[in-house]
Amino acid sequence: MSAIADSYQDLTRRNRMGMWLFFLSEAFLFGGLLVARFFLWGNTRPSMEPTMIGPLAVSYQIIPLLITVVLLLSSFSMNRAETAIAHDDRPTFLRFTLLTALLGTLFLLGVLVFEWGWRMEEGNFVLGRHISPTDGVYGAVIYGMTGMHALHVLSGVIMLLLLWNLGRKGHFSAREHWGVEATAIYWHYVDLVWVFFYPAIYLIGVGVHAAAH
Amino acid sequence: MRILRLGLVQGLFGGLVGWVMGFSLVVAMRLLLGLPAAWKTGVSGPAAYEPAMVVAAIFFAIGFMVGVGSMTDWLKWAVGIKTPFHHGARIPGSPEWTRYFSVDYSHKVIGVQYGVTGILVLGVGGTLAMLFRLQLAQPEMKFIAADVFNTMISAHGMIMIGSILLGVGAMSNYLVPLMIGANDMAFPRLNAFAYWINVPGALLLMIAMFIGGWNTGWTGYPPLSAQAPVGVQYFFLGVFFIGLSSILGSVNIIVTTLTMRSPGMSLFRMPIFVWAAFATAIIQLTATQLIGLSFLMVLTQRILGMGFFDPGGVVWYEVDKWVGGGNPILFQHLFWFYSHPAVYVFILPGLGIISELLPVFARKPLFGYKWVAMSSMAIALVGFLVWAHHMFVSGMSNFLRAPFMMSTLLVAVPTGVKFFSWLGTLWGGRIEYKTPMLFSLGAISVFLIGGLTGPPLGTVTTDMNLHDTYYVVGHFHATMFGGFVFPFFAALYYWYPKATGRMYNEALGKLHFWLMTPAFWVMSLGQIFVGMHGMRRRIATYEVGLDIGTAQMMVTIAGFVIFLSVLVMVLNLFVLSWRARHAGANPWRSRGLEWQIPSPMPEMSYASLPVVVGEPYDYGKPGSTYVQFAAPTLAHAPLAGGD
Repeated sequence: MSAIADSYQDLTRRNRMGMWLFFLSEAFLFGGLLVARFFLWGNTRPSMEPTMIGPLAVSYQIIPLLITVVLLLSSFSMNRAETAIAHDDRPTFLRFTLLTALLGTLFLLGVLVFEWGWRMEEGNFVLGRHISPTDGVYGAVIYGMTGMHALHVLSGVIMLLLLWNLGRKGHFSAREHWGVEATAIYWHYVDLVWVFFYPAIYLIGVGVHAAAH
Repeated sequence: MRILRLGLVQGLFGGLVGWVMGFSLVVAMRLLLGLPAAWKTGVSGPAAYEPAMVVAAIFFAIGFMVGVGSMTDWLKWAVGIKTPFHHGARIPGSPEWTRYFSVDYSHKVIGVQYGVTGILVLGVGGTLAMLFRLQLAQPEMKFIAADVFNTMISAHGMIMIGSILLGVGAMSNYLVPLMIGANDMAFPRLNAFAYWINVPGALLLMIAMFIGGWNTGWTGYPPLSAQAPVGVQYFFLGVFFIGLSSILGSVNIIVTTLTMRSPGMSLFRMPIFVWAAFATAIIQLTATQLIGLSFLMVLTQRILGMGFFDPGGVVWYEVDKWVGGGNPILFQHLFWFYSHPAVYVFILPGLGIISELLPVFARKPLFGYKWVAMSSMAIALVGFLVWAHHMFVSGMSNFLRAPFMMSTLLVAVPTGVKFFSWLGTLWGGRIEYKTPMLFSLGAISVFLIGGLTGPPLGTVTTDMNLHDTYYVVGHFHATMFGGFVFPFFAALYYWYPKATGRMYNEALGKLHFWLMTPAFWVMSLGQIFVGMHGMRRRIATYEVGLDIGTAQMMVTIAGFVIFLSVLVMVLNLFVLSWRARHAGANPWRSRGLEWQIPSPMPEMSYASLPVVVGEPYDYGKPGSTYVQFAAPTLAHAPLAGGD
């Protein structure tokens, strides 16, 4: 059982176990954020003003809903990419890896630009289309949760781009594609976290207006 | 210049470059955006540059890790360059000692790196303790200013915790692969990364003392930590990086234990220390995230104004839509969800060492092996359910008190199992009082003090009176010395001949023990005594009227004796023993796998495959065998036999 003569299968078995242990660890991080949300917000959530786009009043809930759909779709394309490389179908693998990275980027833009509202205002650099990080405990928890999640999506997008580049150069095969598998389960895991975060931030609890606070 | 090619030197250089880059990045961004260079206008000193200081510290750690070379292989993999794994020095032809100052993938080198760093950090923490014990030696002393005193006790606490985590890492990384018959850990590169991230972590903790310090105690509770000097940010980040090491290291321990055991070594034939390390790793893997999160939340509250723990809103913003609503109690829940199980991280490996050593020196089987193995797991799991006993007087919901009191007292059951097993193992044994055995017995005596003073703190009614007194300090130090320091020293003496091939000086070892143990009893009982007479924690001085001056003076003197005794150990193990006699492969006549191979061990520990054929602790049973080697390639290493 020397560490040097181990086969790819042995190493992959260990890598897989290590990866799932890492997920277990991360579950406590995300779980801690959920605990913070329920401890601090209780049965309430911030209810925000609609955004005026021309004459249309668009609910503040539209963007989160759209980016949630985008993220769930990206899990599907990630799965397509992994299945493709498992069947040695490199073109499909490359196409869907890139599509997943694109959907992930869309999600990030949705959070950063439309949800957080990152912009310049009178020469000042401000956050907050609906709510800013300094808006008491509501702002803090929203930015804490979406920020920690976005950081993971960002790292996932970087991993996907590296994966695409390696795949383009001819790495990975049906027999040896642990890198693809690791990225895929990481991506699904980050999606799964959002499945818990989205309702906790936007759906559960009674909406509270700033004025009423 | 060989010294410039050492990983440590390059890492420090990379860290410095990273720090300057991080600081400049924030200042430059702010200038480009037309903001004043300082964040909070009207604030001067280091606090004015707090965001820049924080980003600089993060870049410092990244720069260090890149510079030291622990990420080189991964960065190459990311762009498709294969880096074949090989044991031995990174730079071919460099002498053996350079391996200990550079990134090295051998678990034996990493274990020694952990251990030596741990002892160095122990020295720093101990020196701080000596200084503030002088301040406390007599009532109403003016030796150290109050705010400096607070920084020193806070630093002592967290630096010692860092040292303990390093010592735990040393024991698990060095011993677990050896004990299960593996040649290395499952993820050697991750192992090296997990060690080296401790170095910037420990450095940040020490830098924190010099950029304003922090006056919060090691717990860093807000709202005080939200207002403390900027040093508190470096304290948070230092703990954050040391915590990252815990998480990554524990992934390695768990996977190694589960997948790399020798043929025939079922879970219940593992050495008992491996069980302890495994249980420890489960806590480190999961709970550590929560202290990281809680510190990160205070960090963002300070530099981004995110008011998690701020009930009243954030003062330097005046256009808030929502204001306030934060709750400092949340911090205590998140913090103690790690920091209570963390004390089991500190003591479980040590208790495992005691169980490991007693059968060897009593020449008897370990009493109740399966119960001891399961008691480690039980302590680890029950440990997750007791955190709020630190918060009985915090103002948390009253209905939480009774359940947390009961779960806390439940911990005494598996701990009691261990005590009974130790007594049962010693009972009727032919005990050899060598230094490792003395330290194991000393550990039991000291841990008993810590154990018996625990229930009054876990019980709500008595805790109301004892909370935040020196009684807590006495209890805690007794558990840490009994659960970690004594067993760690026992382990150092016990495995020293295996690691170096030399035998330490037994007389000096015994001198170390007989100085340290009575001194510790005096110190521990003295702390408990002054606590029950009204001495508060974290107070720079006390009144003559408390009438505890004599006891305090004895605690101080005892502390200095302990410090001196540790110096005797350093002299024995690191200065004198290089001239000492050869120890032979198995001086303790142990049945363990690692004792059946030559000392010091070859680069690949197990050239031929060890096969486990019996029970690990059947000392004194004629004809019993624990391990055989598959091919007789090690002619000079005898097969493990019965006693």
